[in-house]
Amino acid sequence: MAGEALAHVDYSRWDPIFGKLGWDIFPFYEPVVLATFIGVVIGGMALLGALTYFRLWGYLWKEWFTSIDHKKIGIMYMVLALVMLVRGFADALLMRVQQAWAASGGTGYLDSHHYDQIFTAHGMIMIFFVAMPFVTGFMNYVMPLQIGARDVAFPFLNNFSFWLTTSGAILVMISLFVGEFSTAGWLAYPPLSGLEFSPSVGVDYYIWALQIAGIGTTLSGINLIVTIVKMRAPGMDYMKMPVFCWTTLCTNILIVATFPILTATLALLTADRYLGTHFFTSDMGGSPMMYVNLIWIWGHPEVYILTLPVFGIFSEVVPTFTGKRLFGYTSMVYATAVIMILSYLVWLHHFFTMGAGADVNSFFGITTMVISIPTGAKLFNWLFTLYKGRIRFEVPMLWTIGFMLTFVIGGMTGVLLAVPPADYVLHNSLFLIAHFHNVIIGGVVFGVFAGISYWFPKAFGFKLDPFWGKVSFWCWLVGFYLAFMPLYVLGLMGVTRRLSQFEDTIYAGYFITALLGALLIACGIGAFLLQLFVSIRNREKLKDTTGDPWGTGRTLEWATSSPPPYYNFAFTPKVHQIDAWWHMKKAGYVRPTEGFEPIHMPKYTGTGVILTIFITGMGFALVWHIWWLALVTFILALAYGIDHTFNYKRDYYVQPDEVAAIEGERTKLLSSGGNA
Amino acid sequence: MMTTQTSPEAIDFYVRETHHDGEEHHHEPGTLLGFWIYLMSDCLIFGTLFATYAVLGRNFAAGPSPADLFEIDMILVSTFMLLFSSITYGFSVLRMHKGDLRGTQLWLIVTGLFGLAFLGLEIKEFTHLWHVGATPMASAFLSSFYTLVGTHGLHVTAGCIWLFVLLAQLQIHGITRENKRRVMCLSMFWHFLDLIWIGVFSFVYLAGVTV
Repeated sequence: MAGEALAHVDYSRWDPIFGKLGWDIFPFYEPVVLATFIGVVIGGMALLGALTYFRLWGYLWKEWFTSIDHKKIGIMYMVLALVMLVRGFADALLMRVQQAWAASGGTGYLDSHHYDQIFTAHGMIMIFFVAMPFVTGFMNYVMPLQIGARDVAFPFLNNFSFWLTTSGAILVMISLFVGEFSTAGWLAYPPLSGLEFSPSVGVDYYIWALQIAGIGTTLSGINLIVTIVKMRAPGMDYMKMPVFCWTTLCTNILIVATFPILTATLALLTADRYLGTHFFTSDMGGSPMMYVNLIWIWGHPEVYILTLPVFGIFSEVVPTFTGKRLFGYTSMVYATAVIMILSYLVWLHHFFTMGAGADVNSFFGITTMVISIPTGAKLFNWLFTLYKGRIRFEVPMLWTIGFMLTFVIGGMTGVLLAVPPADYVLHNSLFLIAHFHNVIIGGVVFGVFAGISYWFPKAFGFKLDPFWGKVSFWCWLVGFYLAFMPLYVLGLMGVTRRLSQFEDTIYAGYFITALLGALLIACGIGAFLLQLFVSIRNREKLKDTTGDPWGTGRTLEWATSSPPPYYNFAFTPKVHQIDAWWHMKKAGYVRPTEGFEPIHMPKYTGTGVILTIFITGMGFALVWHIWWLALVTFILALAYGIDHTFNYKRDYYVQPDEVAAIEGERTKLLSSGGNA
Repeated sequence: MMTTQTSPEAIDFYVRETHHDGEEHHHEPGTLLGFWIYLMSDCLIFGTLFATYAVLGRNFAAGPSPADLFEIDMILVSTFMLLFSSITYGFSVLRMHKGDLRGTQLWLIVTGLFGLAFLGLEIKEFTHLWHVGATPMASAFLSSFYTLVGTHGLHVTAGCIWLFVLLAQLQIHGITRENKRRVMCLSMFWHFLDLIWIGVFSFVYLAGVTV
């Protein structure tokens, strides 16, 4: 069946105008893809129609797409991540159904070629276009507020970074209907991802989507580091920063120190595929294991790029809902920094079976186990913060407790995998799949949902409906255990990853349980969407008039209104202690209502969007080998980018009367509303 | 003005902005720091390429080796082109600090010409190698050689484009605060490329012909 699917399109053809494009590239011979395509077309038309009908295009363009306000960019990152979560999760369901079906004695409904595309897309989308935009969105939205800044260091660059990430996501989505996606797994190991074994455009989609999004991520990393280093409010020393800002700092250092390696590695793979060089081929002196090393030198720190920010989120949630200051602030900071450094020294544990020898494997096994020490310290800090605290089981806290229990299990199976002899048995099995989903769902996803329910009232001015939040939480928690505990067992039974067919029906029960778990998680996602809908409908009842909706906020983002004005703070705060807002409340801080002064702010610009349109066009042209289009779009992007540098008028002053008007509104709200 | 501050302990919780000395200073150190961090990220790209060359650079696949290919005299000439361009860039920055627009532009042009000369020599070297059959497709050694040296060359090309754009901007706006910042950023970029080239010259060319 795979051969049949491959034979649909001859990817060796080339035309000077159309490159490899042709009428047969639309994979509608696949019933699943055809049905999805029809669904997407109908849904997309409905969305575009609604936007046009309600005349929202101008609003979107003026207020969102061209916005360089870190808060709006943060929200756009979250929206992108949510949309892609639905896509990535649909892939997960397809796989679960296929495996349950095939394990019960059938052959399923997906041929192996299609199945390979699905698991590749699932992994790649979930990491790069779900988890990454989620954490980047949080860092963008929350960190400048927490350090008392008015924006990030380079506001235009921030907008451009967001659009580059979106560009990558768009390319991946295009691959669903135009041509096909990579079948080489989420990290595209050569020689499988080389031209010889992957002659189609799938790997090229993968490469260019990642390359464009990855450059956006690097730029965003630089931006956020400079923001933290240069723009903290007066008095906020490093050791007075909220822990979330610390994890943001360490995360962005990791980003800047690893994403260039991804960029270079993908560029070398590109050279192999486009120019016929021999970096990672099996002949002419190339070395596929060189790629595997390089990609994991980026890839392992990437895991911590995802988890450190959510550790930060939990470190904000726990003190708020226990009414206590975080236990062990200093050790939390050091633990974060130690994890940051150690994350560079463990990459080889992803391929102990390479055969580097017992000494090398022992080194990497031990460094891997050592990481559990600072991580354990963090968990104990959260536990000791809970100890004798007034714990309120609001939705963010539920996610946090769910995380603490689940993540420990994932951590322990990780330590187990870090033992090289055990890894020789378990590597490439479903045990590994269960392990990393255990830490990524139990850590990153739970953290993201904790953060959404925690900061949503800050961003939109009303709380999320707690009932549907709790439904979503319990569906996710139980669904996760049902979906992944069977995979541990299957892994121990010897089932390897990425299989679409099974000869033996002995696994059926486990795979069907896992499918039920995935369906329960689907209910969790549905409950979350319903929660958004219900909360928007009841927004007046859920309204936050105080700016400090949980009543026990400790950090500066709660000092301003919800949602904050675009300039964040009418006056830059002065910081004296850790938990600056808590200190302000205790010391009887009175909000200033007069004496406003002009505020220096950057202007919105459409340059980021327009550059990204050219760059996305270039990516598409390169995927399909349409050289003239690639050249034209490249020159356009370059020329437009240079043209942008000739614009010297990028900022303006907000006049005091405008600030006074906005702050006056808030004064009214504060006196009218009382506590939400 | 200060009467709104009614805290019992009289703790100052916010800043009255005296924005006369404020905003311009705000961003300049930020830009230079940001650009410096960018250079470090770029340095990692070169680091990856150096590592790849270190691992694959002896895999000749029965093809030519460095000793067969490199003409060290020409490389020495182009090295000096780049080193001189760093010195002339330094002269340009000195003129800029003296407020001398013409001098700044003149030294920038000289720098750009050295840069172009370097690129010309590199293109000449690459075409020569290509003609004798030493293409990037011939072996892993040549793949990693072309990529490392070529990436540096692409950076110099980008630097030259930037340099000429900056000349135009200096012409339009003169030596303003923004332009000074831009000249300093390009200066860091230019010296950084010089530094990378020292690495290329030592590890690729010198080490290649002495073995």
